[in-house]
Amino acid sequence: MPLRDLIDRLLGRQQASATTAKHRLQLVLAHDRSDLNPELMEQMRREILEVVNRYVELDLDGGAVSLETEERTTALVANLPIRRVRDGAPMPASEASSSEIKPVQEAPVS
Amino acid sequence: MTPSSTRTVLICSGKGGVGKTTLTANLGIALASQGVRTAVLDADFGLRNLDLLLGLENRIVYTAQEVLAGSCRLEQAMVKHKQEPNLALLPAGNPRMLEWLQPEDMQKIVELIKPHFDIVLIDAPAGIEGGFQNAAAAAEEAIVVTTPEVSAVRDADRVIGLLNTRQVEPIQLVLNRVRPKMMASQEMLGVTDVTDILALPLLGLVFEDEQVIVSTNRGEPLTLNGSQSPAALAYRNVARRLQGEEVPLPDPTKQRRGLRATVRQLMQTKIF
Repeated sequence: MPLRDLIDRLLGRQQASATTAKHRLQLVLAHDRSDLNPELMEQMRREILEVVNRYVELDLDGGAVSLETEERTTALVANLPIRRVRDGAPMPASEASSSEIKPVQEAPVS
Repeated sequence: MTPSSTRTVLICSGKGGVGKTTLTANLGIALASQGVRTAVLDADFGLRNLDLLLGLENRIVYTAQEVLAGSCRLEQAMVKHKQEPNLALLPAGNPRMLEWLQPEDMQKIVELIKPHFDIVLIDAPAGIEGGFQNAAAAAEEAIVVTTPEVSAVRDADRVIGLLNTRQVEPIQLVLNRVRPKMMASQEMLGVTDVTDILALPLLGLVFEDEQVIVSTNRGEPLTLNGSQSPAALAYRNVARRLQGEEVPLPDPTKQRRGLRATVRQLMQTKIF
């Protein structure tokens, strides 16, 4: 290990490369194993956010929907920070989606 | 032993160059020297090398091709190892066999071999295509070889997925080319990192060992001549564990090491 890496590690600026390797592997294997393509993932992410957004106001920048894997079992993990709970009845589906959720990229019209 | 109790073990990895053939050769010799009648089958028809690692390349007369075609008997094609007569190799045929070889052909070959041996080790080709599928079709259980590197682990995962759909069982893991110093300083994926990710029981842990290169140069597997080098001991332990014996696995992070590694290890403990 070069001295600079050693200093970085000591100061906590850089994690051990084995830890990085493990995290990268877990992420890539979750996708390999589930066989979900990025387009489907994005569509699913948008729809999940849409539904949840009807009930609670979400911090959309902090939210993430990802695949995680452990013991050869893959799980869909949604981490959706709530800004505040909406008052009264949930918003109708169309309104919530048009006002708040912006797709990362335009979905092809089917 | 009855013919039906013969074990058929696929040795595979997905990625090339992680040590499949070296493991097959050394494990074969180790098993044979422990009294197990062992056949090794080179199923890597495209890039065969098992003959070379066993030092049998000059003694090949017939191959799996002639056996399948019926132009020779199995006993004529099997090359018996001179120093370790419990071991015999069935060499891979011509690479052109890949054009027509079917999973049923591999099954046929293995069924022919089984009555004469206690265990058949099948050295699979790299990749997950036809050649691998053919080899996998003939095996009941598997050993997946990998190294503590992201690409090797990812490829091993693909192979394990395919073996699961084929109901190959049990699947056990050999972690090859482990560098204890790097593992201790967490600059290499740890043993539990790999076994957690792949969710396989560990059959063996082989440390990086220069003697492996020396032995392949000579065509004499390390397990052949009583070598006490780390890899030789590891391969012999793999053979013993494969037969159900309980042999403790070494802890790479507790190997003898220099001051620098000790300092690095200290850094891992969260004292700040």
